[in-house]
Amino acid sequence: MGLQAYLLLSAVVFCIGLFGVTTRRNTIGILLGIELMMNAVNINLVAFARFTGNAAGMVFTVFTICITVTEAAIGLALVILLFRVRRTVMADHLDLLKG
Amino acid sequence: MTGEPIAFWGLSIVLVGSALAVVLSKNLFHAVLWLALALTGTAGVFLLLDAEFLAAVQLLLYAGGIITIVVFAIVVTERLVGERLTQTNMRIGGGAAAAALLLAFIVMVIRKRPLEMTRPDMAGDLTQAIGQAVLTRFVLPFELLAVLMLAGLLGAIYFARPEE
Repeated sequence: MGLQAYLLLSAVVFCIGLFGVTTRRNTIGILLGIELMMNAVNINLVAFARFTGNAAGMVFTVFTICITVTEAAIGLALVILLFRVRRTVMADHLDLLKG
Repeated sequence: MTGEPIAFWGLSIVLVGSALAVVLSKNLFHAVLWLALALTGTAGVFLLLDAEFLAAVQLLLYAGGIITIVVFAIVVTERLVGERLTQTNMRIGGGAAAAALLLAFIVMVIRKRPLEMTRPDMAGDLTQAIGQAVLTRFVLPFELLAVLMLAGLLGAIYFARPEE
């Protein structure tokens, strides 16, 4: 399977994640969509690294995985704190900054 | 005739199917379990691309770590069965249209020029190459990443600390 197949797979998963981010009302559901998008990006990086013979893409992937884990931890800690303060995680009800 | 196309199509079906289940599931906990399957499928794709180290890292950190903390967050916030997606009709149409448009655009860009069909021979062990690159050429991002993860860890602990 050539490089094109892996890029198309990554694009499909990315757009499914984008659909999840824009459609989900639960904040944790939005975070799940973001995780899908990050995964698609990682597949893209590793595919390019493999098909051009440059291992730097895989090193980049290791870094993005670590950063994604950190971001997920902080995001979920914020969701927990938000739930304690507002008693809801529905994104529609988190509108304190709305004009 | 290798088994690579069969493995690729099988993993693609698993990955795309579980990704769809993640975004369309009404029960949030089911969505998290489908995400675990999607992350494992991605680890399989990494194995297909000869990135064994990345497959192991993916399984450990993503399918192990992130699923665990998401499950804990769901348990703490106690909103397992969210409100039905069909109540947000307008946003489903807009979201699907945006995703479809982006997919069409990306596919058009990918198909513009013929891309590589064969893999170049990677000399030596890929894991060793990644390890050496991280500690020689990319040592500065590596150290900065350690600082970032420490800051993130402290921040997450501070945010989620028990109330006084």
